[in-house]
Amino acid sequence: MKRTRLVFSGSGGQGVITAAIILAEAAVIYENMNAVQSQSYGAAARGGSTRSDIILSDSNIYFPEVTSPNILVCLTQEAYAKFSPIIRPGGLLITDSKFVQTFKKIDAKQIELPMYETVMGKIGKPIVFNICMLGALIGITDLLQFDSIMQVLKTKIPSYFIKMNEKALKTGIDLGSQQRQSL
Amino acid sequence: MNKNIKFVQGNEACVEGAIYAGIDFFAGYPITPSTEIAELLSRRLPQKGGKFVQMEDEIASVCAILGASLTGHKVMTATSGPGFSLKQEAIGYACMAEIPCVIVNVQRGGPSTGNPTHVGQGDINQARWGTHGDHSIIALTASNHQDVFEMTIEAFNLAETYRTPVILLFDEAVGHMREKLVIPEKNEIPIVNRLRTALKKGVDYHPYLPREDGRLPMSDFGGDHRYNVTGLLHDMWGFPSNDPKVVKGLLHHLNDKISNNIHRITRYKEHYLEDAEYILISYGSSARTAIHIAKNRRARNEKLGVLELQSLWPFPKEMVREKCRNAKAVLVVEMNMGQVLAQVKACIDRPETVFLANRIDGELITPSDVKSILRVIQGRGV
Amino acid sequence: MQAKQYIRERFFPHMWCAGCGHGIVLNSLLRAVDQLGLDKNNVVMVSGIGCSARISGYVDFHSLHTIHGRALAFAAGVKFSKPELKLIVPMGDGDALAIGGNHFIHAARRNMDITAIVMNNRIYGMTGGQFSPLTGVDKNTSTTPFSNIDNSFDTVELATAAGATFVARTTTYHVLEMTALLKKAIEHKGFSVIEILSQCPTQYGRKNKEGDAPAMLDHFREMTAKADSEKIKKNPGLISRGIFVDRSDKPEYCEQYEKIIQKAQKAIKGKQ
Repeated sequence: MKRTRLVFSGSGGQGVITAAIILAEAAVIYENMNAVQSQSYGAAARGGSTRSDIILSDSNIYFPEVTSPNILVCLTQEAYAKFSPIIRPGGLLITDSKFVQTFKKIDAKQIELPMYETVMGKIGKPIVFNICMLGALIGITDLLQFDSIMQVLKTKIPSYFIKMNEKALKTGIDLGSQQRQSL
Repeated sequence: MNKNIKFVQGNEACVEGAIYAGIDFFAGYPITPSTEIAELLSRRLPQKGGKFVQMEDEIASVCAILGASLTGHKVMTATSGPGFSLKQEAIGYACMAEIPCVIVNVQRGGPSTGNPTHVGQGDINQARWGTHGDHSIIALTASNHQDVFEMTIEAFNLAETYRTPVILLFDEAVGHMREKLVIPEKNEIPIVNRLRTALKKGVDYHPYLPREDGRLPMSDFGGDHRYNVTGLLHDMWGFPSNDPKVVKGLLHHLNDKISNNIHRITRYKEHYLEDAEYILISYGSSARTAIHIAKNRRARNEKLGVLELQSLWPFPKEMVREKCRNAKAVLVVEMNMGQVLAQVKACIDRPETVFLANRIDGELITPSDVKSILRVIQGRGV
Repeated sequence: MQAKQYIRERFFPHMWCAGCGHGIVLNSLLRAVDQLGLDKNNVVMVSGIGCSARISGYVDFHSLHTIHGRALAFAAGVKFSKPELKLIVPMGDGDALAIGGNHFIHAARRNMDITAIVMNNRIYGMTGGQFSPLTGVDKNTSTTPFSNIDNSFDTVELATAAGATFVARTTTYHVLEMTALLKKAIEHKGFSVIEILSQCPTQYGRKNKEGDAPAMLDHFREMTAKADSEKIKKNPGLISRGIFVDRSDKPEYCEQYEKIIQKAQKAIKGKQ
C-alpha cells in the first residue's frame, strides 16, 4: 500500500487550498488514485494562516486528516513555525526562500526554493505562485505527471489564463527537479 | 479518464445525489457549513428546468419546499444547526400533513451559534425530537461521498414511499472535505417516484385514507382532486377534527407507518464485523476514524470491527442488538456527549459493556482519541 | 352566483362567531372568483393560523391551511413550482404582520403573482382578544389591561414601501367595493395586497365598547371614505379606501425566473 500524506500551509490568499485541490483532483481523475483533501476553516476569506491536508493512496482512505505529513509545504514564516514540528521524521519540507527562514533543528529534508521571486521575475503575477509551488513539488518528487495537473487546470480556469499557469507550473518543475528526491 | 468520476466536496455529492433522485425544487437560506448545496443547486436546477429560490429566512425555505411538494415536485432544503432549529415547526407540519420532502442538516458545533466552521454531531436527538408532539421521522447519515450520494437518493425514495420528511444528517467534515465520487449510470440505482391516485375526476378522493399497504396516494395541487391540507389533526378528507377516534387513529397511523417498516428503512454497513470481539459503532465522519482503526487492527489479527449506522431514526434497535450479541464490549464513536450511545445502551443485552469515545471540541475525532479509550476497555491501561 | 358550487358544504356550519366579518369576506371573495370565471382546479388558497385562516377549509379550491405566519412562504413554494396556479392567501392581522411580517415584506419585494388578503379585525380573536400590530394605541385588549401603548402598522403604507405592485383597502361594510377590489387584486400580475377591515364583535368590539356587529359595520362606514374623495379631503382623520398602488413596471418573479432558466440552459449548450 502506497500512501502519501501532505500538508500545504501559508496565509489566506496565497492559493494554498486551491493548490491542494488541484493536486488531489489530478491524482483522482487522471492518475486513478484515491485522494482526500480537507482544510481548516476560519471566518475570514483572506489573511491568517491556512492549512490544507491531502492524502494520496492506492487504497481506501478513511481518517481524512494528516497528523504527521511526509511532505510539508510552508509558504510563510508563521506557517513554518506552526507546522514544521509535525513533519514525519525524515520527511520532505519545502519552503519559499523569500518568506521563510528555516531552523536547523528539524528532522526533515528541508528544501528552500526561490519560488515567489522566480514567478515574479519570469511571469510577474503573484496569482500563479501556488501553481509554481505545485510544479516544484512534482519536480522534486515525481508525485504526479505534469499533464494531469494541466488537465485539471484546464477545467478550472479561463482559457486565457492557461498559458500563464502552464509557464508557472513549468517554472516550478525546473526549480524542483534540481533538487530531485526519491520518496 | 472516466467522465463519471468527480472529485468533490461532500456537499456537492449531496447535490449530485439529489439531481440523480430527480430533485426539481430547492429553497434555502445561506448558512455555514451547508451553503455550497444552495450555491450549486442555484446553478444546476435551472439548467435542468427546475427551480431554485433563496428565501428570506430558514423558516420560509422549508415552508416553500412543502408548498412545492404539494404541486408534485421532488423538493429539498439544506441547513445547519441554528437553521435546523428554526425549521422544526414546519418539519412537524410536514409529518402531520404527510408531505414528502428532504431536509439536509450539515452539522456544525452547537448549541446555539456554536462553532460554525467546525464539525459536530450534536443534532442527532434534535432530528428525532426537534419538533413537538408524538411523531415519527426518518434520519439518514453517511461517512463518505459515495454514501452521501446514495443516502441522498435514499432520502428522496423514503420520503416518497412513506410520505414523510426525511432528515439527512451530514456533518461539516464530510460536507467540506473533497474525495472521489463515481456517479452511476441512469437506472443503476432505483428511484421511487410519487405515488399518485388513479381515481378519475369526479370520484371522491380521500387524501388521508391509507390503502391496505399503509401508503397514501397523492394528488397534485392544480389537478382534478381538490382537498384540504392542514397541520391540525384531521380526518380522511384532510378536514380538521378533534373527534377522539379520529385523533387516535391518525396518531397511530403517523407513527406506525414508520415503526412497522423499520426493517425496510434501516441502512448500515459492516466493516470487519464478522467474529469481532470488540465493536465500534459509529456514523458520519467519525465512522471514518473507527474504520481506520479497525483496518489497522485487523492487520494485526485483532478481532475488532465497525458497525456503521446509516439510518439513525427510526433507531435500528433489533439490528444493533443482533450484531452486538457476541461482543465483549461495544464502543460508540461519535462527536457529541453520547446521543447514539444512549440508544445503543437502551437496546443491547448488556448495557454495562457499552462505552463512549467522543470528541466535542470542534475537531474531528482522531484514531488516537479512540485508541486510548479502547486500551482501557481492553484492560491494557491508559 | 351559486355559492354552493364554491364551498365544501360537508364542513359547514363554519366555526366563526355570530356577527364575525370573515364570512362577509368569504362571500365577496367567492363572488369575485365567480365573476372572474376562474377554474376551481386552478385556484389554491393558502392560509396560516387564526380565525381568518379557517376560510381556506370551507372553499372548494385546493386548500393549504399551514402554520402561524407562514402562509405566504408556503404560497411562494406552490406558485413558484407551478406558476399557472392562482394563489389567494387570506391572513389575519397578527398572522400577516406580526409573526408573518418578514414573509409579508419579502413577498412584496419579490413580486410573485400572489394575492394577499389581510383580514384586519385589529385583534387576535382565536386566542381570546390580545392586541395585534394593527390594534392601535389606547385600545383595550386582554393583554393591554391598562390600555395599549403599542404603535400600529399601516398595512397600505407597509405594503407600498415593501414594493407590492397592487395595494388596496376596503371594509366588510362595502361588500360590492370589496368584490370589485378583490377581482382587481386577483387579476393583477404580481404581488397584490388588499386590506379588509373586518369586525370582531366578540373580542375587539366588546372590549372597546363598539357595540354589536351592525354597529361596528356602521362604524366602518363612518370612519372611512374613498381615497381622493371630497369627504376625505375635508376629514383627513378618516381612513381612505380604494386602490393605492397599481403598477406594472416591476416584472413578476416567476416570469423572470423563466429567463434565468433560458440563460442557464443556453450556457450549458454553449459548453457542449
